[in-house]
Amino acid sequence: MSTREIAGQTIDLTDEGFMTDYTQWNKEIAEILAKEEGIESLTDRHYEVMEFMRKEYEENGTAPSIRKLNKLNVVPTKELYQLFPGGPAKKAAKIAGLTKPQGCI
Amino acid sequence: MILGAGTAGTMMLNKLEAELSKDEWHITIVDQFETHYYQPGFLFIPFGIYTKRDVMKPKREFFPPGVDVIFSGIDLIEPDSNRVKLSNGKTLNYDFLIVATGSKVNPGETEGLTGEFWQKNIFDFYTIEGACNLSHFLKYWEGGKMVLNIIEMPIKCPVAPLEFVFLADWWFTEQGIRDKVDIEFVTPLPGAFTKPKASQIFGDFLEKKNIRLIPEFNTGRVDGERKKIISWDEKEIDYDLLVTIPTNMGDSVIERSGMGDELNFIPTDPFTLQSKAHENVFVIGDATDLPSSKAGSVAHFQADILFENILSAMDNRPLRAKFDGHANCYIESGFGKGILIDFNYDTEPLPGKFPLPGVGPFSLLEETKMNHYGKMMFRWMYWNLLLKGAELPIESQMMMAGKRV
Ligand SMILES: Cc1cc2nc3c(=O)[nH]c(=O)nc-3n(C[C@H](O)[C@H](O)[C@H](O)COP(=O)(O)OP(=O)(O)OC[C@H]3O[C@@H](n4cnc5c(N)ncnc54)[C@H](O)[C@@H]3O)c2cc1C
Repeated sequence: MSTREIAGQTIDLTDEGFMTDYTQWNKEIAEILAKEEGIESLTDRHYEVMEFMRKEYEENGTAPSIRKLNKLNVVPTKELYQLFPGGPAKKAAKIAGLTKPQGCI
Repeated sequence: MILGAGTAGTMMLNKLEAELSKDEWHITIVDQFETHYYQPGFLFIPFGIYTKRDVMKPKREFFPPGVDVIFSGIDLIEPDSNRVKLSNGKTLNYDFLIVATGSKVNPGETEGLTGEFWQKNIFDFYTIEGACNLSHFLKYWEGGKMVLNIIEMPIKCPVAPLEFVFLADWWFTEQGIRDKVDIEFVTPLPGAFTKPKASQIFGDFLEKKNIRLIPEFNTGRVDGERKKIISWDEKEIDYDLLVTIPTNMGDSVIERSGMGDELNFIPTDPFTLQSKAHENVFVIGDATDLPSSKAGSVAHFQADILFENILSAMDNRPLRAKFDGHANCYIESGFGKGILIDFNYDTEPLPGKFPLPGVGPFSLLEETKMNHYGKMMFRWMYWNLLLKGAELPIESQMMMAGKRV
């Protein structure tokens, strides 16, 4: 656990850099986190997906899976990988200010 | 009423039948098939260690006399009206429902998997058909590149894919063609396994056995013509033989009934095993959405907990028994040896001795002959003790004694 000054705000982070309080999030923070994840600029489409994820998170306490985003027609899996290259589930959650999605076993 | 007479449903049936008063309770169990398959045995079929006959028995052998058994598909569960519709046209009512409909592989979820090459040079071993077809194929295969690929997590028995490649390494060695076979283990996970310590140890085993690990590969589609699996972000891996673990999902009846998540697993309280949506519905085994492993041993530990909680619920008492996510898995590692892991929701697999601290006879996270005997003995235990709901000499809660932190 650590804190960080970002876009004039203090945010709480886990050791892996996930925000622990999603209410501390705003778009300026998102832009900076996105750059650090290798995404130069966030488009409306990015925000559409992230807003949905944040709504789900608020209701269920966890970020939705890639499969759920696809099934609910929020964003097809292929496109999600293009929006958040690498590991979209983790990356999108991180930039959207959510805790790390639960790994399964 | 119990839906599904697989590992978990059959165990619950036997436990409850022995306990409940016949004057007060009537138990009905429903399943579509009359044959019980010992699924852990599917792993050994491709290598000719077991045949189909070794892993099947009639379900009836495991049903106590006097219970109502219905062989029929389940069409719809209506938990708001305590009703179940069967495909034989009957509608049944219940006071308490246990859902034990398990999980199965859905190769149709992945583009290109079930095309023209399915069961030709693309196989699964999570079904009896796949395991038998693969056995025929391997018998005459002269070598090439074999790719074991996990499409997405979660899967039942998450160690089975590792066991498969360990056994394959042994088997190709026995056949004298190991030098003609490349083995690759392609997984969406960041390492060989989910839990850090075990992941590292299994990673070392893969390396020692000359099996290449390709982590963080999320399969998007399969091109059977060009013999390639392609990830969502367009990385390609070629194969001559693809052994795939397709997407695991709960049964479609769960989706039809509006009871499941996006993989048709039922949201379940991780401790009490009560369904989150309905008080008189309980869920056990692979059908739950719990973060515990989907394994027969886990279903067994859950059965002890669920048994207590169902009895409490029937008496209108609070549900006191709590499942801790306990899993205990024997992992076949080839050349007559095995590894054992024991863990729960909070504690990852650790080294040590099991079940008697300091004594064993089994060793945790270490490769021994004794662990291999444990694995082979499991089949006998499964048919003769586990399914019949008998007590095993293992506690349902995980024990820290004997483990080295
Ligand atoms: C290759 C492989 C290796 C494995 N190795 C191990 C191991 O080493 N150790 C271990 O502990 N576990 C192992 N497992 C996992 C273990 O077999 C399962 O976790 C266990 O069988 C789960 O029990 P269950 O009762 O939840 O589901 P199942 O035993 O699959 O039973 C589900 C039942 O529900 C019925 N059903 C489902 N839907 C319907 C419907 N709509 N209508 C009617 N009937 C329906 C099915 O016919 C089935 O009989 C392995 C599994 C596989 C595939």
